Amino acid sequence: MNSRDKVLDKYSSKIYKNRKEHIIQFEEGKPNLIAADTRAIPGILTNRGCCYAGCKGVVIGPLKDVATIVHGPIGCSYYTWGTRRSKSKGDENTKDFSDYCFSTDMQETDIVFGGEKKLKKAIKEVVEIFNPACIMICSTCPVGLIGDDIHAVAAEAEELYGIKVLAFSCEGYKGVSQSGGHHIANNGLMKHIIGTGDAEPVKYSINLLGEYNIGGDGWEIERILKRIGYNIVSVMTGDGSVEEMKNAHTADLNLLQCHRSINYIAEMLKTKYGTAWLKVNFIGLNGIKKSLRDVAAFFNDPDLTARTEAVIADEEDEIKEAMAAFKTKLEGKTAAVYVGGSRTHHFINLLKSLGVEVVLAGYEFAHRDDYEGRQVLPLKMDADSKNIESIVVEKDPAKFKTFHTDEQLEELKKAGLPIESYDGLWAELSPNATVTDDFNHFETEEFVKLLKPDIFFSGIKDKYVVQKAGIPSRQIHSYDYGGPYAGFKGALNFARDVTLAVNTPAWDLVQAPWKREPTLEGSLGGTE
Amino acid sequence: MLDLTPKEIAERSALRINPLKTCQPVGAMYAALGVHNCMPHSHGSQGCCSFHRMFLTRHFKDPAIASSSSFTEGASVFGGGSNVKTAIKNIFDIYDPDIIAVHTTCLSETIGDDLVGYINDAKIPEGKVVVHANTPSYVGSHITGYSNMITGLIKYLSENTGVKNGKLGLFPGFVNPGDMREMKKLMTLMGVEYIMLPDTSGVMDAPMTGTYTMFPKGGTTIDEIKDLGNCELSVGLGEMTSEMPAEFLEKKCKVPYQVLPLPIGIELTDQYIMALNHFSKNEVPYAIEEERGQLVDILLDSHQYSQNKKVAIYGDPDTVIALAQFALEMGMIPKYLATGTPGKIFEQKVAALFEKFGVEDCIGKGNVDLFELHQWIKNDGVDLLIGGTHGKYIAKAEDIPLVRAGFPIVDRYVHSYLPIVGYKGGMRLAEMILNALMDRQDRNCADEDMEMIM
Repeated sequence: MNSRDKVLDKYSSKIYKNRKEHIIQFEEGKPNLIAADTRAIPGILTNRGCCYAGCKGVVIGPLKDVATIVHGPIGCSYYTWGTRRSKSKGDENTKDFSDYCFSTDMQETDIVFGGEKKLKKAIKEVVEIFNPACIMICSTCPVGLIGDDIHAVAAEAEELYGIKVLAFSCEGYKGVSQSGGHHIANNGLMKHIIGTGDAEPVKYSINLLGEYNIGGDGWEIERILKRIGYNIVSVMTGDGSVEEMKNAHTADLNLLQCHRSINYIAEMLKTKYGTAWLKVNFIGLNGIKKSLRDVAAFFNDPDLTARTEAVIADEEDEIKEAMAAFKTKLEGKTAAVYVGGSRTHHFINLLKSLGVEVVLAGYEFAHRDDYEGRQVLPLKMDADSKNIESIVVEKDPAKFKTFHTDEQLEELKKAGLPIESYDGLWAELSPNATVTDDFNHFETEEFVKLLKPDIFFSGIKDKYVVQKAGIPSRQIHSYDYGGPYAGFKGALNFARDVTLAVNTPAWDLVQAPWKREPTLEGSLGGTE
Repeated sequence: MLDLTPKEIAERSALRINPLKTCQPVGAMYAALGVHNCMPHSHGSQGCCSFHRMFLTRHFKDPAIASSSSFTEGASVFGGGSNVKTAIKNIFDIYDPDIIAVHTTCLSETIGDDLVGYINDAKIPEGKVVVHANTPSYVGSHITGYSNMITGLIKYLSENTGVKNGKLGLFPGFVNPGDMREMKKLMTLMGVEYIMLPDTSGVMDAPMTGTYTMFPKGGTTIDEIKDLGNCELSVGLGEMTSEMPAEFLEKKCKVPYQVLPLPIGIELTDQYIMALNHFSKNEVPYAIEEERGQLVDILLDSHQYSQNKKVAIYGDPDTVIALAQFALEMGMIPKYLATGTPGKIFEQKVAALFEKFGVEDCIGKGNVDLFELHQWIKNDGVDLLIGGTHGKYIAKAEDIPLVRAGFPIVDRYVHSYLPIVGYKGGMRLAEMILNALMDRQDRNCADEDMEMIM
C-alpha cells in the first residue's frame, strides 16, 4: 500500500469516497487528475478560510489609499487588521490606511432592524475624519442574510461625497473557500477602478498582478524590473493604490505572479483593453531568470535583452557564493509544501536549487488549473461556483491597444513564452510526490508521519502541530515575519532562514538526558 | 505611523477604528481549549474558525485546534443542521475527543439555528459528549464568548448530586496558562482542593517532547466539570468575565459564589489569598507571606522610578482594572483606562478605583477603541502604555514605552507561560514596568547624566 492508500484507508467509507479524489500520488507523464475547489467536509479541520478572507484579506486589504470599512460584527475586521504582512508605504501624495481597521461593529439591533443606516453613518464619519479618495465596503455573513443593500449605500455615498465608493458582497458563506472572494474582488476592481484613469501610456510598461508584497516581495521584484528598464504602472495589490490601478489599462503587458487570486483581472484586461499577460514566477533563481528572459523576449528590444542578461548576471553573482554555502547544508533534505493556491508551485524550483526535494505538496483553495495547468479550462461549474458572480467585459474601443498582433503573440507562444498560459503544480513536481488538495489536519499528521519530511512549509495553523512532532516548520504565507523571499536576494533570505530553522541548536535539546540514559543505578543483591 | 490620526476628537456613533475587542466565538474557542480532550467547534463559515485558530495560535505560539461546520450558501439558507451533525460524526470518527464544545457565530445566530435540537438529533457515540454555547458575534466581545462557553459547559454537565466534594470551584478569568498555573499554585499552597474551569495550562503552553498530541495533558476533565456542581463554593476571578458562570452554577447547582477582581498586584492578590484562607481555614503559609513581602520590598526599593508616572492601560475589562490597581500601588497615575468590551460595570469600577486612591483627571471608558485612546494621548500624553500588541503602533507614533500584558500579544514570546497574577506575577510586572521606564531614562539622558547605579 502506498502512503496515499494508507492514509485514505483510515477514513470511513463516506469520507474516503470524497477524499480519494483529492489525494494523488503524482506520476510523471500521466494525466494526474485531481478534484479541487469543492466543498470542505464539515468537522474535518480544513485549513481553508472564507470568501471574505479572500476578498478583504487578500485582494482588497493591501490597497493602501483606500479606507476599507468592514460591514459586520467586529471580529472579521479585527482578524484582517495587520495580519497579512502585505507591506505598504505612503508618501506625501498617498494616504496610507494600512495601520487602520474600520468596522461598523454591528450590534444586535443592527441585525434585527438592518445595518444600512449604521453603514451610511460610518461612511460619513470616515469621510469627515480622514477624507479618503476612495472607500471600499466589504460585507460579512450576517449582512447578506439580513439583506443590507451595500451597493445602493455605496452608490449614494459616491454621489454625496464625490469620491469613489465600492461595495463587495463577499459574505463568508459564499463559495467553498477564499477563492470565491478573490473573484468577487477582481470583478469590483475591474468594474469600478481599472480603466478610469487618464494617464498617457509609457514605453515598456507593465502591471504586476497577484503580487501582495508579503515581507516586501513586491518591492524586491520592482527593484529588479526597474533596474532593467521597465516602467511599472501598477502592482495588484501589494503596496498598491487605486491611484495607480486606475491607469492599469495603459500598460503594454501584465505579469501574473499569483495565478489563482487574480487571473480573472488578467483575462478581463486582455478582453477589454487588449493587454497580453504572461505568467511569471519571481520566487527561486530558475523562476526569476526564466521570467525575466520571457519578459525581455516579449518586448524583443535588444537593449532590454542585454540589460536583462547583465542584471541577471550581476544579481546572481552577488548571491552565488552564499547560496552555494547554504546548499551544502540543505542538500538531500526533503520537504512538504502546503500553501494557498499558487505559492506551493512557486517555491518548488527554489527548493530544488537548494537540493531539497518536495515529497508532499498541496493547496488550500486551488482549482484544477492550478494543479494541471490552464489548458483544463473551462471547468464544469458546480452549484457553489455558480454562486460566485462571473462578469463579462467587452472591448473598449477607445482604450484598446495591443503591443503585438495576434499573429505575433502566436509566434511567441510557439517559441515557448507562457502567454496567457499557466502550467500549474504538475510542471514542477517530482514523480511519486504525494499531493493533497484542501489538506486537513488528519492528513497532515498522517502524511508527515509516513513521509517524514525534513522541513515543513505551511501556515500558522499547522506550524506548531508539525514543529511539536519534531519537524522544523516555516510559514510560507507570512514568511514567519521575515523576507522578502522573491528575487535573487530573496532567494538568499529564504535559504538562510531555512538553514537556521533546520540547524536551530534547541533541536538537539528536545530529549532530556533522563529519557536517553537509565537513571536508576544499582548492583545485584547478594554479590557483596 | 498612524499619521492620519488627528488630535481633534470627533464624536463617532457608527464607526469603530482600531478596535479593542474582538468577537465572542474566539473567546468561546479559548475556553473550550481549556477542557481536557475537547474539540472546540465553530458553527458557521469556515473562515471564522480559521481566523480564531490563527489569532489564538499567534498569541500562544502553540497549536489552537478547532473544527468548523463549513457553512455554504445553501446551509445559510436552509440551516446548518446537517452540517453540524456531519461534523459531529466526523470529529468523533477521525479525531476522537471526549467532548465537542460547539459555539455559534453571527451567521448561525442570524439564521436562528437551533443547536439544542441539532445536538439531540446527532449521533453521539456512547460515553462522548457534545455541548454548545450561543455566542453571537454582534453582542459583547470575546470576553462575553468566553463566559458563555464556560456557562454552556456548566449548563450541560455540572450536577449537584447532593454530596458535597469539599472543593472550591474556580473561574480564572480570561488569562494565560501561566496565570492559571499561578492561581493553582496558590490554592495548593493554601491547602485548597479545587476544580478550575477552564484550565488551558498544559494545553496552550504544552511542552516540546518531539511527539505531537492533538489533545495534550492539560484541561479540566468532563468529570471535574460535572463535579463542579458539588463544590462548597465557587470563586469567580474578574467580575466582568467570571460572574456569569459563577452565578449560573449557583442557579443550577446551588453552589454559592463569590466574585473577586483578578489577583494582580498586592491588594487584589491579598483578597484572593483571604478568600482561600476563609475557605480552607488553613493558615497562610510562609511561602506565600515571603512572596508578598518580597513584592512590597521591590515596590519600596524602586518607588522613585515609577511614582507619579502617568500610564495608559488598555485591553480586557477585568485585566485593565486589576492592572490599574497595581499601577496605583506602584504610585503611578492611571491616566487612561480603556476597554473595547461594552458594559457599564467597567466605568463604575474605574470610578470607584479613582476615588479610593484619590486620583483626579483620569479617564476610564468602556466600549472604546484604540483610535480614541490615541487621540486622548495626543491631547495629554503619558509616560507608559500597558496592554496588548496592537498598542505598539501608538507607542511608536508617540514614542512611549510599552509593557505588554493581557490579550492579544502576537509579537512577543514567553508571555503566555509566565504569570502576571499573584505576588510572583506582580514581581514580573514590576520588573517589566521598571525596566521599560528605566531603559527609557538610560536611552534619553545626556551622556554626562548616565547613571551607573540606579
